This record gives sequence, C-alpha cells and structure tokens, in this order.
Amino acid sequence: MTLSGPSFRKLFEHELEERLDQLLFASPSHRSVGRLAAALEPLPRLRQELVLRWAGVAAQTYAEIGYQVVALAPRALELLGDEGFAAWVLAGLDSYDREGLRPAMERLRDIDAFAAERSGTASARFTEVEGRVARFVQGLSGRPLALRAGKTAWTDTDTIFLPEQLATLRHADDNRRLYLATAALLWAQTRYGTFNADIDAAITSLPDRQRALQWLAVLEAVRLEARIADELPGLGVEMAALRGPWPEELGSAMARLGRASATVEDSISLLPDFLASHGVPPGLTFVGTLDPTAARRVRAERIAKETIVLRNALAALKAAGGSRQSGEAVLDIVSGEDGALEVRVDGELVALPPDAQGAAQSLVQDLGELPPEVLSPAGPGGWLPTDKQGPGPELHNDREANCRYDEWDYHRSAYRKGWCHVYEAEVKPGDAGYVNEVGQRYCALIGQIRRRFEAVRGEDRVLGRQPEGEEIDLDAQVDAHIDRRSGAEPSPRLFCRRIRNERSMAAMFMVDMSGSTKGWVNDAEREALIMLCEALEALGDDYAIYGFSGWTRTRCDIYRIKAFGERYDEAVRSRIAGIEARDYTRMGVAIRHLTKLLAARPVRHKLLVTLSDGRPDDFGDEYRGTYGIEDTRQALQEARRQGIRSYCVTIDRHGPDYLKRMYGPAAYTVLDEVGKLPVKIADIYRRLTAQ
Amino acid sequence: MDLLSPQLASVADEPYYQPVGDEVGLFEAAAARRLPVLLKGPTGCGKTRFVEYMAWKLKRPLVTVACHDDLTTADLLGRYLIIGDETVWMDGPLTAAVRAGAICYLDEIVEARKDTTVVIHPLADSRRVLTIDKRGELLPAPDDFMLVISYNPGYQSILKEIKPSTRQRFVAMEFDYPAPELEARIVVAEGGVDAVIARKLVKLGELTRNLKGQGLDEGASTRLLVHAAQIVSAGRTPTEAATAAIARALTDDPDMTQTLDDLVRAVF
Repeated sequence: MTLSGPSFRKLFEHELEERLDQLLFASPSHRSVGRLAAALEPLPRLRQELVLRWAGVAAQTYAEIGYQVVALAPRALELLGDEGFAAWVLAGLDSYDREGLRPAMERLRDIDAFAAERSGTASARFTEVEGRVARFVQGLSGRPLALRAGKTAWTDTDTIFLPEQLATLRHADDNRRLYLATAALLWAQTRYGTFNADIDAAITSLPDRQRALQWLAVLEAVRLEARIADELPGLGVEMAALRGPWPEELGSAMARLGRASATVEDSISLLPDFLASHGVPPGLTFVGTLDPTAARRVRAERIAKETIVLRNALAALKAAGGSRQSGEAVLDIVSGEDGALEVRVDGELVALPPDAQGAAQSLVQDLGELPPEVLSPAGPGGWLPTDKQGPGPELHNDREANCRYDEWDYHRSAYRKGWCHVYEAEVKPGDAGYVNEVGQRYCALIGQIRRRFEAVRGEDRVLGRQPEGEEIDLDAQVDAHIDRRSGAEPSPRLFCRRIRNERSMAAMFMVDMSGSTKGWVNDAEREALIMLCEALEALGDDYAIYGFSGWTRTRCDIYRIKAFGERYDEAVRSRIAGIEARDYTRMGVAIRHLTKLLAARPVRHKLLVTLSDGRPDDFGDEYRGTYGIEDTRQALQEARRQGIRSYCVTIDRHGPDYLKRMYGPAAYTVLDEVGKLPVKIADIYRRLTAQ
Repeated sequence: MDLLSPQLASVADEPYYQPVGDEVGLFEAAAARRLPVLLKGPTGCGKTRFVEYMAWKLKRPLVTVACHDDLTTADLLGRYLIIGDETVWMDGPLTAAVRAGAICYLDEIVEARKDTTVVIHPLADSRRVLTIDKRGELLPAPDDFMLVISYNPGYQSILKEIKPSTRQRFVAMEFDYPAPELEARIVVAEGGVDAVIARKLVKLGELTRNLKGQGLDEGASTRLLVHAAQIVSAGRTPTEAATAAIARALTDDPDMTQTLDDLVRAVF
C-alpha cells in the first residue's frame, strides 16, 4: 500500500463530518461539526487520522474536550508537530483530571505556551517539580507544608502556592532550582515570623496598600535571605546567584535587615520611607506576594487547633495522675527553645504523645515561645479523650479518603493521577452462629483439609553430614572412625545443622462484594472463606482477607475482614458471616490497595488471590469493558513488579477471554458451578503454594 | 583437653564517648547491682560505642555478638568439635563471657532466632545461671558478668518485636541522636574536621531526620555524619563527602536522592 493509493487519499469533508459525528455526538453543545470537518479537510490523511484518534480519546473523557481538540487541531499540528500534538492532548486531559473542565480548556487553548514549553524546555512546570519541592520543604521544616499551584508565589502559612510555570531563567534546570529557592523563601516567611506582626494594621495608614505589600515582600525577602544564608549557606549562595544583584534602591536597608536580630517589625518600619522615596517596587519573581489577611486567618486557626491538641494532651496526663494517692496531680512544664516540652507529673518525667509534641513545636514556630495559657491543661468540662474523629459506621462520600490511587487509562496509555479514592472499613459483624453452622455441615471435609495441610507445614529440618553445624552427626563420626582405622581418608563432614524450612508465605484474599454476588454466590464465597481459614490455620501461613466494592472512582470501598497478623477468632468469624453483596467491581484500585498491604509483609513469597464472579465493572460505562480490564491488568503487573503473584478464582463462564488478558493463561481457575468453590478453594491454594 | 574457651582481654584504650545524659551513672548502678541492661535507639546513635566505653570504664572484657536471623543457641553457647578421635567442647561467645566475668553485648537482639531468648532468660533474672544442656553444665555467672542487649524500635515490624517476658528483665535505657551542639562536638572529635563543617554536617543530619517516614526509613545517624567528616578530613570537599557518605548511603530511590542532593546543596 502506498501513500498515494486509494485507501490513503485524504478524507473529504462529508466523510470527516460523519466520523466526527460518531466521535462527538454526545457533545452537549450540539454544535455542528461541519465547520470542524472543513478545517480538517486540507490536512494529509495521516494527520487527519491522528486528529480523529485523539479526538476519540479525549471525547471518551469528556465530549466537550474532544470537540475542543478537533477545533484547535490544525493550529496545534502546525505549531507542535505530530508528536507534540499527542502530548498537547494528554496535557489537557491531565489538567481535566486534576482541575476540571475549565482549566483543561484553557490549557488546550494556550497552544503557544505549550509550544514554548516544549521547544525551549526552558521553563519548569509546577507539576514536574511538585514532589521535589515538597520533600525539600519537608526536610527544611519538619512541619508539613502543603504545596499548590497558584497565580503567584505566596503562602498562607499552611500551604505554599507556587506559579504553574516558571520561565524566568534561561535553562529549565535553573528554573527548577528557582522553584526550590522560591519555596524556601516562603517557608522562611513562616519559619522566621513574617506574619507574627499584624501587617494589616501596620499598613492601614500607608497610602497605597498594594504597593506597600509589594515593598514589604521585597524587604522581607532581603531579611529572610540573610537568615537562610546564615543557617543554610549553600542555599543562600544559590538564592543570591538566581536572583542576581539586589536593586540599588535597597542598599540603605540591607545592613539593617541583614542582622540576625532583625524581625518583620524592621521591615515594616522601613516601609514608609521606601513608599515615599522610591516609586514602584522592583519586580522580582521569586519574591512572591503577601496576603497578610489570609495568612493571619490560617495562622490563627492553626494556633487555636494546636492549642487544643496540646492542652488536651496535658489534661489527659493530669487526669492520668501521678504518684500521689489523693488530690490533683501537679503538672510541671518546662519548654525548651525548639518547642520540645519537658513535662513532669508530680515530679516524674512523662512523655507527651507525638501529636502534642508536634503541636508544641508548631506553636513555637508561630508564636516564638509557648505562652502560659497554652500550657494550662484544658478544664474538665471541655476535655474530650481525643479530638480525632473516627470513621462513622455509615459510608459517606464526604469523608476524607484513606488513600488515593492512580488508574490506568488505556486510551491515553497513561495514568490518571490520584484518580480513585479508597475508604477502608471493617465489615459489619454478621451472625457468628453462621460459621459454626457451616463448620458442622462441612465437618468431615474440614477435618480432611486440616490433615492434608498439616502435612505440608514447614518445620525445621536437620541436615546431616555437614562440614560444620551445631551438633555432631554420630553416623558420620562412626563412619569416619571406621575409615580412619581402615586407612581410608575420613570425610570431614561430621556435623549436622538445623535449617529452617519456613514457608515464608503471605496470602491476600480479595473477595468480590459487588451487587452481582448477591444470593448463592455470596454464600459460596463465605463458605469458601471458612474452609480457607481452617486450612490456613493448620498451615500457619500469614494471610489476610479483604472485600471490595464501590460506586464510582470517588468511593472505592475496601472492607477489612481479617488483617495480616490478626487471629482467626470470633470477631473474624462474625465478619466473614457479615460479608454481603454491595455495589460495583472496580478491581484495579482494590488490587493496588491490597498489593500495598501485601507488599509490606516481610516474607519471601506473596500471593494475591481474587475470588470473583465476573469482569471488572463500575457505575457508569467508563470502567465497563476494555477500560476496566486494561486497568486491572496494569494493576496486576504493578503487583508482579513488587514480587507478588496473582491468581483468580472465578465462576464467570465467559471468564477465559478476559482473564487470560488480565492474569495470564496459567493464573486463573474457572469453576463451572458455584457450589464447588468451598470444596475446591483449599486445594487450589495448596497447589499454588506447594514448594 | 576437653574444653576450649577463648581468652578475653579487657578494653585497653579509652574509647571516645561523649555522654549525653546520665547514662554512664545509670549503667554503673546497674552493673553494681548485677542487673542486665537493654539499650534502645536508632541505628548509629552510639549504643555500641557506649558499651565499649563502659567496658573500659568498668575494666571488664567485652564480648560483642551481632545477632542475625540464623543465630542459634549453639552459636551463643558453643559446640562440640572433633579433634582426632576426641570431642572437644568449644565455648561460644556467651559462655566465654560468663566464664570470664565479661560484659556480653548482644547487638540487635530482635534479629536472632526466637529460641535464643531461652538461654538469655535465666541469665537475666535473679538466677544468673547459664544452662549448657549439651554438656549438662549449669554455669553460675560471676558478679562481674553483665548482659547487655540492644534493639532499634524504629523497625516497625510485628515479627521483629521484643517479647515482654524478655524486655521486663532489663533495665532499659533510651538513646537518641544527641542535641546539635553535642553532636557537632562528636563530629569534630571523631571526624577530625573543624567546628564550622561539623555544624553544617549536623544541620544536614537534622534536615534528613525531618524526612523520616516521608520516604526515608531513618534520617542520617551520627555515625554517618562522622563518616562524612572523616572523608572531608581525608581531603575531599564537604559536598562530595556529604553526597557519598550521607545522601547515597541513605537511599536508592531516585526522587529521594534528588531531594537529599538538594539539601546537601542547601547546607554547603
């Protein structure tokens, strides 16, 4: 086939229109695609196909984005080339995942910026340095500071906002270092008390608030850089190099602000002069902006919150009492300069809980020292055992997710970052009698399973005839003696050594709790788990059981039935009884979460077994079909990379077509009858873990 | 000749040790009352050096056993060897220490196999005897014998926890990295660098400790800081030394390595 052949001729407008209609028909705007088709017509066929493919990918995420991609395609192709075009679409989709529709559209529209970014690669983007900056700031401060992208660089003392993109310097690497320096300067604002003074009050008398704040930011930058240079000389040198020389008009203030004893008050007192004698402040990018109102509010909230944490902890210590038998315990508190508190109850040194220590340290950073009212225990009326809220028994979407996981989008061949929200909770206990009843019903089978598994159990073995070991091997010694007497050369291997024949195995059972398991599948699952527990108890392997279900990506529920290291006791049994059919089967995220738990086990062999009744599925059609299968496959591959073997036991007779793709040909079993699950499962496990 | 026991010598030269609190006095009190001691603390904060120093101070021989997960009771107690046609008993380090009235230091005790604790228990309470069942020997410990064990509570693993029945036989002393001033003094003394570089290294140590649990299992230990200082005193630049002896020693993760490099650059 040549490029000039009939199948590679350009598509005509009506053909394009038809294809676009198929791809974008879901577009809510009902805009005609005729105009789009006309714009695509002059493009060569390869490019036409490229646009159609990516428009399809984008439309799967959001039809409106697909429309936008086609509309901008000719210009984007011209500016970015074929490869850049794909990257441009992906960047837009990424932005949609993280920030929503409007920013995504803006990002797509701004092709010039994207092109500049790609061609020069001189600029650095917030997303690429986010992790690096976050770890850097964590290293500097100890107090966690969140990072966010913002219009300018500023901090509210809890979060550091940094611009989306920095292109101040010529090289991308320099711009990345500029990000670090900027973040360090903002960290220094919180560390060296820029907001310890009431800035708003101080500048009300000044004529131009905006300009005053700009000048103050510059003056503070001078002061803070001097402090940083003092404590972190390397960073000081780097900051100086990145910013270049300070503007001349600052000369008069440098000496005063450079002293170690200078505070924000010094900067404030210099303000009127600067406002009067120098017009517009120098535009220094990395200096950022100040928002004292927001910072003050956040700071006040944090101080209030941490005061409560600290006072509650002190009240708890006081309530716990000291050595004296009667009367109130006497609290004696000495605070060190770095916020480390030494607390004595009735003269005995006691340790504060880590959260209270952290609160104290944070308060010292905010207030300079711990004021006495912070150090008085909360009164008896106001004190609660803890101010942490445990997860309620009901599942709500407004809870904070336990963790977030990326999800694989095969359309894009890329991950959607932090896409799935996982909530872990315990299964509500069911009727514990159920387990006993099943135990009685399968009494003979359980006995059989136990015997068979006990035989497999790993035990210490004694290796004879070893060159060294803790004991003498008498047989070997007798042989050696005979050899010596008869003139033969005796073997030097005269000892026996005990070696551990440990199974060193951890198994994670992942149980499908989707709505489709309702009824006998659910019964079979529960019975199978009871058999398994009996078998595994006999074997002594480390194992855990978790159920999974969910309703869209923002509510992926993981139900704990038995954690690793937990004993197979009454509580676990009643949780097995309590397993019930719930919502949907978003498998990838469940695998990722359970893989994380499993990977942390200190054993040699790790096995993830899924009990399921069908293919991955979730509410809405996004996860159904290929998307879900590809994501699950990706999650299983991630698990494999962490040394985890996966296996699936299913009763879906259509399983083989997709299971082979997900698990590989030898790693699943399809049972043709649900009733066989309890009988088979223990055997399957034994075969999998045979050594 | 049916018994071989290694000759133990006392610690001859005073090891460098910088006390951080009242640990020396506490240890002496435990030694005087013949009580065993448990040292806990992160890696490289000076536990082993402290025991060496105390052995020197108390003028007793020191036997150190680094425990590992295949350490058996025979490795501690001893075993029969065959020499010619004879069997000869060879004392293990613990038995030798008991016979000589030495300090026996079992480093990272949680790593050892569980059955080893059985031989420690009767030594660590008022009985103070060592049972060597293979020889049918009940060896009473002389007054000078002292058992010291250590472990690092930082490794949070249920398999690597010390049982209450074991830990409740010991006088426990907690170690941590020294305060910055003190740590700098240690780095100067041990690493042979000037106070300015020592303070910078200590600062870097602090910064890495802020990252503990955020991608690093442990921050830089005092030992690592001393290593870096020694590299500097051997003629390398501080940045080079800190990168090799601290940043690279702490992690293999590329992201974390970058962060540590950033921090090294920030300090020097």
